[in-house]
Parts: sequence; structure tokens; C-alpha cells
Amino acid sequence: MVLAQTSLQPSEAAGGAPDALPRPIVQADKLSLVYQATDKPVVALSEVSLIIREGDFVSLIGPSGCGKTTLLRVIADLERPTGGAITVAGTTPEKARLDRLYGYVFQAPALYPWRSIERNVMLPLEIMGLPKAERQARARAQLELVGLAGFEKKFPWQLSGGMQQRTSIARALALQPELLLMDEPFGALDEITRDHLNLHLTQLWRRMGKTCVFVTHSISEAVFLSTRIVVMSPRPGRILDVIDCDLPRERTLDLRETPEFAAIAHRVREGLKEGHSYDD
Amino acid sequence: MTTRVGVTVGERLLPLGVTLLAVLVLWYAGTLWLNGPQAAEMLNRAGTDWGAMDFARRAFTMPRPLLPTPDQILVELHKSVTGYPLTNVRNLLYHAGVTAGAALTGLGLGVLLGIVLAAGIVHVKVLEHSLLPWVIASQTIPILAIAPMVVVILGNAGLTGLMPKALICMYLCFFPITVGMVKGLRAADPLWLDLMRTYSAGAATTFWKLRTPASLPYLFASLKVSVAISVVGAIVAELPTGGQAGIGTRLLSGSYYGQTIQIWSALVMAALLSMALIGVVRVAETVVVRQAGAR
Repeated sequence: MVLAQTSLQPSEAAGGAPDALPRPIVQADKLSLVYQATDKPVVALSEVSLIIREGDFVSLIGPSGCGKTTLLRVIADLERPTGGAITVAGTTPEKARLDRLYGYVFQAPALYPWRSIERNVMLPLEIMGLPKAERQARARAQLELVGLAGFEKKFPWQLSGGMQQRTSIARALALQPELLLMDEPFGALDEITRDHLNLHLTQLWRRMGKTCVFVTHSISEAVFLSTRIVVMSPRPGRILDVIDCDLPRERTLDLRETPEFAAIAHRVREGLKEGHSYDD
Repeated sequence: MTTRVGVTVGERLLPLGVTLLAVLVLWYAGTLWLNGPQAAEMLNRAGTDWGAMDFARRAFTMPRPLLPTPDQILVELHKSVTGYPLTNVRNLLYHAGVTAGAALTGLGLGVLLGIVLAAGIVHVKVLEHSLLPWVIASQTIPILAIAPMVVVILGNAGLTGLMPKALICMYLCFFPITVGMVKGLRAADPLWLDLMRTYSAGAATTFWKLRTPASLPYLFASLKVSVAISVVGAIVAELPTGGQAGIGTRLLSGSYYGQTIQIWSALVMAALLSMALIGVVRVAETVVVRQAGAR
């Protein structure tokens, strides 16, 4: 835990003055979450402390059961922690959710099959009560951003898995959230599509400068996308290490062949090993 | 292309034709068997010699057969439908219209009640345990037993004509709707529900934008059951109401006077009515599903 605590503010260690730091978007302090399972309590999160600052791209990585998805769901107020404190954009996660400050991308596209692609993207805007013209304009703009212009009138089943997941990213972006939460969005896709979408996502992130929290179990994906990588370990779910990923912000797929990339990937792998993630 | 279409039509029509043929053969055999004794007696009474052909002809053309032949029923139907104006009590379409009015009113009320109950059960935990047993119990009471009482009680309350019949229909119709919609309104994927939560959508928004569209396939499945039941309900309701019109009344008067051909043609009309109503539901389903972009 000491290791994790000290490496929480890597940018400070890197020499930046504390007052020049971007404002924190997510602040978790000794966060715990214990499920009451039928036989024994399950510790999904144990004393998790983490600060995510504006403009960060933070990946949560670890084996299944390490609490990475739970942590994301706590940030999104889809789960309530049983201990510790957390603020999102300076307020409670509930307030942040009610103010629609974040966009959430699930593991599955979770598109409504009875709505066209465009109307799926318009769904959150409808709920916000935006006028129809603006809804449509925003939806079109977001779909164009994720490279799906021309597919507005299609229905989800007519699109490939990768396109569906891009739609769900467009839907999350349509809210124009401060924070983008993504739960293994490319986990179910083949590697070629995944590479393509990773490239797309990093370009999108650079262009929009949004804060992103990204759950993954792929080391190369985490290193490729992130500014910081949070390594987690199961039983109980906890943070083992927070690794700075100071690659240039402008990233191409070739970056993955560089020694810098390999060095960071190695550190992540070592971190996971330390948590005995490869034991079973 | 034409041969392909021809093949598919043939593929569809052939099994249908074979079953129809089998039914007709069995039916005519049944009329021979059931009307046989009566026919033989009539031929004997006439005193002349008769052969197998005479016997068959007699059994197929009895004025009050135990089992009328399909052609007798069709002739009766045709006579009734084309021989009289639509407003005449001798026209079966007039009776079908009266029954359809009660059935559809009852169906409408039943769908409304069914959906309201289902929405209540899905949203209020207590209702599931307090309401659902009653909903199920309501269907264990034979409608034939309760219908006359409903008619009498409503008659005392000043409700006569269409309403008692519609209410009896409703009583039968709401059940499949409630059961189907409880399942349908809960059919939303947990992720879809989480998504609504991330949009800080309230229960009403979630109901209209997620639960309702997700439940539509269940609604249509239930509707098809309810439509068929509604016609049965309307006919049963017409028996004790002593009404002047409706397929049920027609069945009743047919049985008073031993007019079996009239009974059977009314039965066929009831079946046609049910099929027509189910057809309407099917069309509505196709339209809705196509609008929702299903494959």
C-alpha cells in the first residue's frame, strides 16, 4: 500500500509545482467495497486511494476479480462504496451522475436494438430534454467523429461489433461529459479491430482533451492509450502500483515497437506478477 | 424467379392442402357415421329399395343432421352472408359484428388493465406478492359460472348491452397480458438499465424509453392469446345476457330449435372472426417491428 500511496502523484515527483497541476476529477481515499455473498463477504475493493486529474487517460489493469470494474462503477455511482471517501468533479458521485458529468461505455455496446444508430446516440440527449434539431446535430457530429457518418439510419444488428462499440462511444460523447468512463470497451473485439479502435480512441482523446478512465486486461492496450496505468490485484481488490506512461501524447501503432513502450509494458507486467496475478 | 416463387408457394400450399384434404375426408366419414342411423331410418320409412349411393346422399343432405357436412355449412354461410342486408338478424356478419364489438371493447379494457397491473407489479415490490396470487386465482374460476352473475349484478347497476359482455371479455383477456407484460417489462438487459441510470433517468423515463419498447414482443405474443380468448369470452357472455344479437345468441337459438347447420355455421363464423382479429394483431406487429428495425 505504501508503494501505491507514494506513487499517486507522479507528476509532482516529475518536478511540476503542485499548484500547476490540473484539477482532480476523481479523488478516491481509502475506498472499500465489501459484498455480502451467501457464504462469506467478498472484498471487491480494499483501501483504494487514487487521484485522477483533468486530461488524464488512466487505465485500470489487472486480472478478473481485482475490482477494476467495481472501481469504475463506484466512480459512476452504479455501486456504493462501503468505506472510504470519493469525489467526482469535486462533488459526490451521485451528484455527478445526476448532473450527467460523465459518459459511460460498457463492455458490450448496450445499444437499444429498436432504435436506429442515430436515435441510439440521441437517447441521452432526449433524456436531457434537448430540442430535436440540436439532438440530431450533436448525434451526427459525434457519429462523424467516430467515423460512422452515413450509418445514421442503420440499426445496431446491421453493424459489426466494432462499429457498434464506436456507436456506444459516440453516445457517451454526445453528452459532452467531463469524464469518459470505459469498461473494457474493446474486450470482445478481434485484435485487428481493437488496434484500429485504440488508434481512433487515442486520437479522439488528444483532440478533445477529456479525462478518461479505461478498464482493460490488455497490457499493450493500457500502455498504448494511457498517461497513467493503475495496476490492481484481486482478493482483496487493491491498487498495487501506479505507473507513469510518459510516452508522447501523439501516438501511432508503431509506438508499440519502441523500447520505451516495451519498458513500460515490462513494468506493468512486473507489477501484475508482484500481485501473483499469474498464480492461477 | 417465377419458378422459385412457384416452388415456395407450392412448398407452403402443399402441406396445407394435404391437411385440409385429410380433415375433409375425416369430416365426411364422420357425417356418414353420425348421421347414418337417422338416414337409414328415413330411407326405410320411405319404403323403396336403397343402395350405398342413396344412403350417402341422404346422410350428406339431412335437414337437421347430427353433424352437418362442410358443404352444408358453406351453403348456409353463403346464404346468410349474401342473402340478407348487413343489418338483418339473419345475416351472420351482423352477429359477428356485434360479437366483435364486445370482444374488441373487452380486449381493449383487458389490455389496459393487464398493462397497468403489470406495470404496478414490476415497479412496486409489494404488489408482486399481494396482487399476483389474486390475478392467478381470478383465472381458476370458470367463466361460465361467473358470467351469469356478472350480467345480473351489472344489470342491477344499470349496465346492459355491450358493457357486461365487454367486462366479461376483459376478465378473461387481462390475464395473458399481465403475465406477458410482467415478463416483458422486466426483459430489459441489466446493461440497458445501467445506461439509463448513468443518464440519471427517472422511473418514468426508463419505463417509456426502455421498458416499454423492450416489452413489445411480449405484448404481441400475449395479444394473440388474448384476442382468441376475447372472442370466446364475448360468445360466452352472450349466452346468459339473453341478447338479441351476437354469435352466442345465434348458437343458443340454433340449439333451441335443433338447427345444427345454423350452430355450425355460427361456429365457423366465430373461428373466422378470431382468425381475422389475430390477423390484425399480426399486421400491427409487423408494422411495429419493422418500424423498430428488426431484421
